[in-house]
This record gives sequence, structure tokens and C-alpha cells, in this order.
Amino acid sequence: MENKTFSVDQIPKDLLRQGIPGSYDVTVEHDPDDLWEESRMIVNIGPTHPAMHGALRLVAKLNGEVIEKSYAEFGYTHRAKEKLGENRTYHQFIVYTDRLNYCSALTNNMTYAMAVERLMGVELPMRAQWIRMMCCEISRVIDHLICVGISAVDLGAFTFFLYGFHQREEAYTLIEKLCGARLTTSYCRIGGLMHDAPEGWEKEAKAWAKKTLKVIEEMDQLLTSNKIWCKRTVGVGVFNKEQCLEFSYSGPNARAAGIDVDLRRDQPSMFYRDVQFDVPIAQNGDCYDRYLVRMEEIRQSLNIVIQCAEKIKKGPIWSEDKRTRIPDKEVVYNTMEGMIHHFKFFMEGFRVPAGEAYTTFEASNGELGFFISSKGGSRSHRMRIRGPSVWHYQGLVPMVEGKLLGDMVAALGSINVIAGELDR
Amino acid sequence: MDVRTNVPNLYGEHLQKFGDLWKTQVESLRARWGSKIERVDFPGEALTDVPVVWVLRSEIVEVLRFLKSDPGFEYNFLADITATDEMPERPRFVVVYQLFSHTRFNRIRLKVKVEDGESVPTAVDVWPGANWAEREIWDMFGIKFDGHPDLRRILMDERWEGHPLRKDYPLRGYQIFPTPQVPNEDLLK
Repeated sequence: MENKTFSVDQIPKDLLRQGIPGSYDVTVEHDPDDLWEESRMIVNIGPTHPAMHGALRLVAKLNGEVIEKSYAEFGYTHRAKEKLGENRTYHQFIVYTDRLNYCSALTNNMTYAMAVERLMGVELPMRAQWIRMMCCEISRVIDHLICVGISAVDLGAFTFFLYGFHQREEAYTLIEKLCGARLTTSYCRIGGLMHDAPEGWEKEAKAWAKKTLKVIEEMDQLLTSNKIWCKRTVGVGVFNKEQCLEFSYSGPNARAAGIDVDLRRDQPSMFYRDVQFDVPIAQNGDCYDRYLVRMEEIRQSLNIVIQCAEKIKKGPIWSEDKRTRIPDKEVVYNTMEGMIHHFKFFMEGFRVPAGEAYTTFEASNGELGFFISSKGGSRSHRMRIRGPSVWHYQGLVPMVEGKLLGDMVAALGSINVIAGELDR
Repeated sequence: MDVRTNVPNLYGEHLQKFGDLWKTQVESLRARWGSKIERVDFPGEALTDVPVVWVLRSEIVEVLRFLKSDPGFEYNFLADITATDEMPERPRFVVVYQLFSHTRFNRIRLKVKVEDGESVPTAVDVWPGANWAEREIWDMFGIKFDGHPDLRRILMDERWEGHPLRKDYPLRGYQIFPTPQVPNEDLLK
């Protein structure tokens, strides 16, 4: 048997790079103590990964468990909504707004309807506005319950999530009574609502809100002072006030860093002037503060639902403006004029006068804006959707740089990026 | 019972509240920048909800910086950057900046005209968050931004041809790629 001698020189210099999945070439300044500097691991997280909320992708260069450098990608569920907005009538576009932030579809419907109504100068009757306001607050509660619940699941607290999910299901039952759908509602119409709320719906909503307030107390006791939860979230994913302003953070994520802005209070629409609510502000801008702000916002929203249920009165739900009014089915089936009106409405669509407006509303994630530019006609010239998640997701990379990979999951869960709104 | 709301016509709502403030702001903008501001569309006179300030392309970053920090303006929140395609007109594109003030809670809109093939100075130096919005404009309209640190496509694949939100791009202009986009290692250096 041939005796093979082995020397160190025979080891190829780039052995570490050969055949190691994820290893790659990198030119950094030579650090004699850093034996592994030439073979950093690249981890490709997503687009389909249980810790990424939706089809998001983060490519990270790791040093041990620390993210040295990373970049984020999205667009895997891009459905060209802005292009569709230029090619569909204003009525047809309502269903597309559901799929923006699918956790709070009602808020998107309402904001879109507000934007078109603003261009047309349509005024809504009181009852429609009160119902819209209740819907916005119910969907805000749903969205926040999902956000805090899922971010707790990401960090290992499963029970907490189930408490919230039960109340979320009951809220969806409430929404189902309004419009027959649970998730993608399309409840709003330009200048009105699809149906009036059924008899006694306000009372059911009030009972639900009161019950949910108690459940929120239980959830609070379960998690807020939990040692493990605090260790995973306090001081993690910090984004301070200056950074939030640089990256145009809005909504609960900005308020967690001490930016005292809430468009419901500062730019009131509907009847937000007539109800009492507080705007919770925190100072540190870490995951824990975002959680606290969201929990307090749930309480405030539930209080708004209770106040709305007390103030709402019977009345019409359609604007008296004839341009946007969908004819009643009785008229459509029994009269020729009604039939023609119905046909024209759905085939051609109503005309929106020329003009442009940027309409915003405090959606559950932050400032949701529709910039609609019309040149007359039944289709818009430009339909820009400003989703808050785009700006929040942009801040993720500076937020997690130099932090542990596990903290990235906590940070991503706490800023509540919704892929539907991100990709549009 | 009166079932109508007491909310005035929504175009006029902001005008009632901020009309005087906007008037003084537009006057001081004109005094400070002179001919660098092409024109101002004021709500009530033009079909818009907030004042639209048309700025010369070369001066837009300076005007944005001025609006962000000057005590009379304090538009410290960049709400959005987008563009519109006015195809038969010349120049073809308009880049739109939506600003919001966290101290007075009013909004203003800045617009810049761009011809196809021309580029706009980037606002990343003023707001780092403008990065992705400008990348999206490049992706969707093909408007380049001078001095942008990382001008790549953002929503579409990097191999995509054409710019989907241009008016001459077809509604069903599908492009299908057999392989996914590979991780870009240059971005991790």
C-alpha cells in the first residue's frame, strides 16, 4: 500500500469557500483576529418563511448570530393596483382596496370612498358616517389584535394569540352581519354603504366591545409584565424619534417613539370630533413600546365603538347626490328608467370632475393616503396609494443592523408590515 | 331631523382652516425663491385640495430642505413621493412630493416637471426615507434620480423591461421569468 504523506501546503487556500453553502467572496479590511472574515454566512430569509409576515425577503450577511449587513426585498405579491386604478371605474376599484391591508379591509374601503367623495363634493348622511366610523374602529381592533398576537407567536407566546383571535372571530361575525363577507368586505360605496346595518347591530357591537375590553385586561395580565416577553422586546428593534421622522413612520410605530400625531385627532374626518379618546404615546420606540401603544389603542378604539353605538341614530345611508346613488333593485326590475340607470352606472360608471386631492386617514398601521388625480371621466388619471407599510418596512434594515438575527423577527413582527399594502 | 352633516364641501374644509397660513407661506416662498418657483396653484382657484407649488427641477432639493427646516413652514414629514404621466403633454412627467407638518397639521404639494430621459435630483439627503419611493418611481415610470445611492427596480424583477405605469405600457404587459431573482451579493459589502 502506497504511503501518502500529507502536508499543510496541500490544503487549498480557499478551502473554506469551496462547497460550503452560503459562503462567498468578500473583500473587507484584513483583521488578523477574525479567522472567519472571508467566509461570512449569507442567510436568505423569505419570501416564504414562517417568520416573515407575508412574502417578504431579507438577505442578511451574518457574523455569528449578528446581522452585519442586510437588504430587504418585496414585490412578490405585486398586483399593479395603481395601474388597475387607471383602468377600472371608480366603483369597480372598491374591491381592489380590500386587498391592500387585508387585516383591516374596512378602513381601506372607507378611505378610498372618502377620497372619491372628496373629489366629487359628495356629502354623506350622518348614519352612514357613524357606521363607517364604527367599522374603522372595529377593523383597527382586529388589526392590532393580529399584530400583537402574531408578534407574540413569533416569540413563542401562543396562548396570548388565541385570546385575541377569539375576539377577532367575533368581530368578523359582526362584519359578516353588515355585508356578508368576513375578510374582504367591499362594504363601502361611493356616497353611501352597501347595506344599512341590521336591526340591533349597534347593540351587538357595543356588547362585543365591552366583552373585548375585559379580554384585553386578561391579555394585559398575561403578557405585559411577563419576564420572558420583556426580555425579548425591551430595547429590541429601537427606532427613535429622529429616525422615525427620517423614514416617514406614522401611526402606532411613530407614536411608540414619541411622535404625537394621530390623524383622527389632528385632521378629523367623520365624527371624530364628537367622541372622546386619548392618543397613547410612548418614548423609547422599541418593540415593547409598540406593543404597549397598540394595546392602549385597542382600548381607546373599543371605547370609541361604545360611544358610537350610543350616538348613532336611524336615518338614510345614501347621499342624496344622484350621481353616485346605485338604483334600488325594485326600481331596476320594475321600471325601464331604473334599468337604464343601473346599466349605465355599472357599465360606464359615474363621472368624477377634474381635480386632484390627497386624502388621508389614520389607518391601523399609519397614514393611509389616496392621491387621486382626475381629468374628468369615469376612470382616474392617476391612482396613487400611499401604504404605511412601505415606509415601515424600509426602516427595518437600519433597525436590525448590528443586532441579533432573532431580534429581527421581533422587530418585523412589531412594526406590522402587511404584504398586501406593501406590494400593492 | 336634518340628516345631512355639517361638514362643508371637502375641497374647502382645509381652505377654511389653513387658507391664511398658506397665503403667507406662498408669499414668503415667492419672495425667497423668486423665479425658481414656476407657479402656485391655490385651492379655491385651481382644482386642488392644498396649494401646489411648481418648482424648477434643479432647485427642488433646496426647496424641500427649506420647507423642512424653516420656522415658518416646518413641513417635517415626507408623506409621499410619486409621479404622474401626462403623456401627450411636454414635459411628459410630473414628480409629486406630498409634505405634512407635524406642528401645524397642514399639507402642501410640490411638483416638478420632467421630460422623458431627464433626471431629478434626489431627496435622499433631506429624507433618507425617500430612497424607496424614488426607486419605485424609477421602476414604474423610468425617471432617474441624480445622486441616488441605490437606484434599482423595487417592485418588479430586475430583468423587467419597460416601466409599467407609463401610459403607453399595456395593461396586460406580462413578462415571465423561469428563475427567481438571485441574491445580490454586491449589496452586502
